[in-house]
Amino acid sequence: MRNRVIEIVAPILLTLALFAIWEFACWALSIPLTILPAPSQIWEAMVKYRVPIFENSIRTLWTTVAGFLLATVFGLLLGVAVGWHRTIYAAVYPVMIGFNSIPKVAVVPILLLWFGLGPIPAILTAFLISFFPIVVNVATGLATTEPELEDVLRALGGSKLDIMRKVGIPRSMPYFFGSLKVAITLAFVGAVVAETIGSNAGIGKLMMDAQAGFQVPIVFAGLMVLAVLGVVLYAITAAIEAHFTGWAFRGQNRS
Amino acid sequence: MTNLSTAPDLVRLDGVTMHYGRGKSAIQAIDTVSLTIKKGEFIAVVGPSGCGKSSLMKLISGLHMASAGSVTVDGQPVTKPLKSVGMAFQASNLLPWRNVVDNVLLPLEIVEPHRRRIRAHKAEYKQKAEALLHQVGLKGFTDKMPWELSGGMQQRTSICRALIHEPEILMLDEPFGALDAFTREELWCALRDIQQARGVTVMLVTHDLREATFLADTVYVMSNRPGRLVAAQKIELARPRDLDVTYTQPFQDLVHQLRAHIGGGRH
Repeated sequence: MRNRVIEIVAPILLTLALFAIWEFACWALSIPLTILPAPSQIWEAMVKYRVPIFENSIRTLWTTVAGFLLATVFGLLLGVAVGWHRTIYAAVYPVMIGFNSIPKVAVVPILLLWFGLGPIPAILTAFLISFFPIVVNVATGLATTEPELEDVLRALGGSKLDIMRKVGIPRSMPYFFGSLKVAITLAFVGAVVAETIGSNAGIGKLMMDAQAGFQVPIVFAGLMVLAVLGVVLYAITAAIEAHFTGWAFRGQNRS
Repeated sequence: MTNLSTAPDLVRLDGVTMHYGRGKSAIQAIDTVSLTIKKGEFIAVVGPSGCGKSSLMKLISGLHMASAGSVTVDGQPVTKPLKSVGMAFQASNLLPWRNVVDNVLLPLEIVEPHRRRIRAHKAEYKQKAEALLHQVGLKGFTDKMPWELSGGMQQRTSICRALIHEPEILMLDEPFGALDAFTREELWCALRDIQQARGVTVMLVTHDLREATFLADTVYVMSNRPGRLVAAQKIELARPRDLDVTYTQPFQDLVHQLRAHIGGGRH
């Protein structure tokens, strides 16, 4: 019980301490507002511009989630296909690696060219960047199925589909949900990167506009919002993971 | 108990040779092996590691085809995986997301005709699985998850899973290899009892000569790769056998004889 309290309180205290040090440093060293605003000034900006910040957050949030969901569906499908058969694996894997090694920032201008300044480039960038870890993890989960267990089912007349349904896919679920935690963070990065390069809305766009107008507290307010949203998205995915694959964690979450 | 001298032959291997892979890189695993297993017989296959004991199992279960010779089960040549086979291995391979009963029920979700019936008759099948688990001493553990069980209990569960669809042949590949000596002896007795009760034909692959002698009616000794049969030893100890029999002179003599057949003995 005491440990649980410490686990919750310690990170909060650390965050507050960091803000306090930051505030004190800005005051003591009289750092100008245009270089590094103090947390209190950032907070002021957040309150003052809460409406545009909120509206742009919603845009960033839904483009991130849309891209992430696309990546989840296609990542799962392609992961199963790649893990299904050695030939598909051999054909797809090198292509995937080549594709993944392209920095996604470099793709954004093309997406802007094709789809304009709307939400689609952000969605697609989020999708492209978060797709790969899902595929790799699902395929790995399937590929590491114990051959003896396959023999047990094959000896019973089980088809490849049976083996996948009863063993392979449930077995790769911890890998899949584990990869979602990585993917959601990446999708968020992808959406914001696309917005900073060119968009008509979103936190990335808001920050670029504020930067152009030297409204540094708003830039930092945007950063704060991004940090909070990132943590929230991660926490939701982690909770989903724990719910669906609790068996993989054994006794850890029971006390 | 079935009288083995009058029991019909269930499995016949006639001059069977088997390779892994093709062409020049093929590895010969088994070399002209002939043997018969009678219905209800308990056979054990012993030999040095890598001698093709497990390959023999794959041949009979139809998971791997012979490159020469013939394999027949119940008079039918084996050309594809046999459904009348139950298998268990050194690792219990239980599915960690299913509890004990659901793990035991897994084969019924695959094999006909149970596959079509299991959804509608879940309770009936569950009862059957629980009865089987009670038989191997797992009463009260049926709803536990695999990781809550000891290694020996996991192995008992694994054997139940191999038996649930009432196979004609139970194939065990070093099932007790990873257990400590006392648990192993306990499981010998559990296996002895369940074989006695069901009259199932058992093929046990092991490198433990005492285990083979205690459990089997016939012990086959295989040579180093490529595996050849170098001896077939009938074990005429009276059944039911008690663990005490393993400390008697006739038992020790049998083990000694088997040991002598296995090459590369150290002194």
